[in-house]
Amino acid sequence: MRVMVFVKATEDSEQGMQPSPELSQMFVDMGKFNEELVNAGVLVAGDGLKPSSFGKRVAFDGPGRTVIDGPFAETRELVAGYWIWEVKDMNEAVEWVKRCPNPMFGPSEIEIRPVYEMEDFVDVIPEEAAAIHDGVGEKLANR
Amino acid sequence: MAADPTQRAIEAVFRIELARLIAGLARLTRDVDRAEELAQDALLVAMTEWPASGVPANPGAWLMAAAKRRAIDGIRHIQMRERKHAEIARELDEEQGMSADALEAALDDPLGDELLGLIFAACHPVIGPEGRAALTLRLVGGLTVEEIARAFLSNEAAIAARITRAKKAIAKAGVAFAVPRGAELAARLPSVLEVVYLIFNEGYAATAGLSLVRPPLCGEAQRLGRILAGLMPEQPEVLGLLALMEIQASRLAARARPDGQFVPLTEQNRARWDPLLIRRGLNALARVEALGGADGPYALQAALAACHARARRAEDTDWRRIAALYDRLRQVMPSPVVELNRAVAHSMASGPDAGLALVDAIADAAALRRYAPLPAARGDFLLRAGRRAEAKAQFEAAAALAGNDRERDYLLRRAADC
Repeated sequence: MRVMVFVKATEDSEQGMQPSPELSQMFVDMGKFNEELVNAGVLVAGDGLKPSSFGKRVAFDGPGRTVIDGPFAETRELVAGYWIWEVKDMNEAVEWVKRCPNPMFGPSEIEIRPVYEMEDFVDVIPEEAAAIHDGVGEKLANR
Repeated sequence: MAADPTQRAIEAVFRIELARLIAGLARLTRDVDRAEELAQDALLVAMTEWPASGVPANPGAWLMAAAKRRAIDGIRHIQMRERKHAEIARELDEEQGMSADALEAALDDPLGDELLGLIFAACHPVIGPEGRAALTLRLVGGLTVEEIARAFLSNEAAIAARITRAKKAIAKAGVAFAVPRGAELAARLPSVLEVVYLIFNEGYAATAGLSLVRPPLCGEAQRLGRILAGLMPEQPEVLGLLALMEIQASRLAARARPDGQFVPLTEQNRARWDPLLIRRGLNALARVEALGGADGPYALQAALAACHARARRAEDTDWRRIAALYDRLRQVMPSPVVELNRAVAHSMASGPDAGLALVDAIADAAALRRYAPLPAARGDFLLRAGRRAEAKAQFEAAAALAGNDRERDYLLRRAADC
């Protein structure tokens, strides 16, 4: 199964990267962990994200679209980085996350979320919507 | 699967650690059977101790230490049996120190060299391809015998026997659990890649039974391919195979309709192709080309898969490039199946008559005599050339040779449409 693993932001990570011996050490540790993930065939993709001050949000309300510039307030709910892993089940994902060096200087949190698989949609998406979904490909093909 | 969290954690830890444990222990004991036994013993110890003590902070190291103790006990036991007690009493202290160091070295595998050594041993050419596949899935993939049996549509007894034979073959040939170097590496790498691709294909196109696609096997093969690419990043054919599998796997969701019906490549809904896997495949292929390996058999097959992956619509497919790639592939990997695919490619690039001419030239090959895709391709060429009655007969002949029910249904529908 495929999971997305989120590294949650902290006040530190929201400040951006300041060169320091601790940060260098973290890069070394994280590099080793990533190598382990690669050698185990688990790592599919991943990136670190810049602080939310570089980010933007678009808020939806009916027909309205409002653009909001970062930084965003609720630091602990923000994402500072992500991986995509292929694992056998959630337990394996949890075991891998436990092996991750603390990605932040203080207390921090990593969240694991399974990706929807095709089968998950079968009972949820109405036939009509599935047809539209498939039709997009067909239209592209006929254009 | 066990319900309580410690049991689940133990199972997950074990799946992560099993291959490395066995790899380290196999190098130490030079006996893959014994290594597996020691690893299982360590698991048993964990299962009795962890529920009370909790899962240790570094469970991998804990398991290795437990297996190590068992290994030392075993070595001592053999030494006791084989030598006089007086001698041993004198030597034991220094030997103990030495053994412990040797064990330490054997179990410390930061570069993954031992894991790679285990893969090379499990895929040694003294074992037949199916035995290699079963042993690799068991030792490196960590699948149970039951899971392997289900994946290969076989029964547990047959798979267990296959694995036992494979282990005996390794022991008999005195296979070293080391990564071959230089010329030997070049000679043995193909048998490793062959096994991984065999596992992938077993999942991708089941040749028998109802299920057209068995993704768990594809996933295992991709994982093996990623492990190999991580451990041998400079080997172009390793990356070529990975690129090929990633791109082919990107189409898994589009290959079968919800009712299980087979969907050919040109009719697939490309919106369902997995863009992440395509990107990974194209990146791996770019690395192959940078390493100068573009003419390897897997690299060429990956390049072919990439031609389809790059086409947003079926009619955007660069058939001229595909035909040219097949012209090269038949040089490095001559096979009747490649010739057939080449005929299809040329028919798409230059018209059905080109395909018919090429397919007529290979129709007598023994390997193709009962091969459903041959009459299926010929039927397709004839239909496109407007020769409907002849096409219908070819599709019917193909359906009679089809290996699984889904493919047969598809071919019969094509015959009915003529």
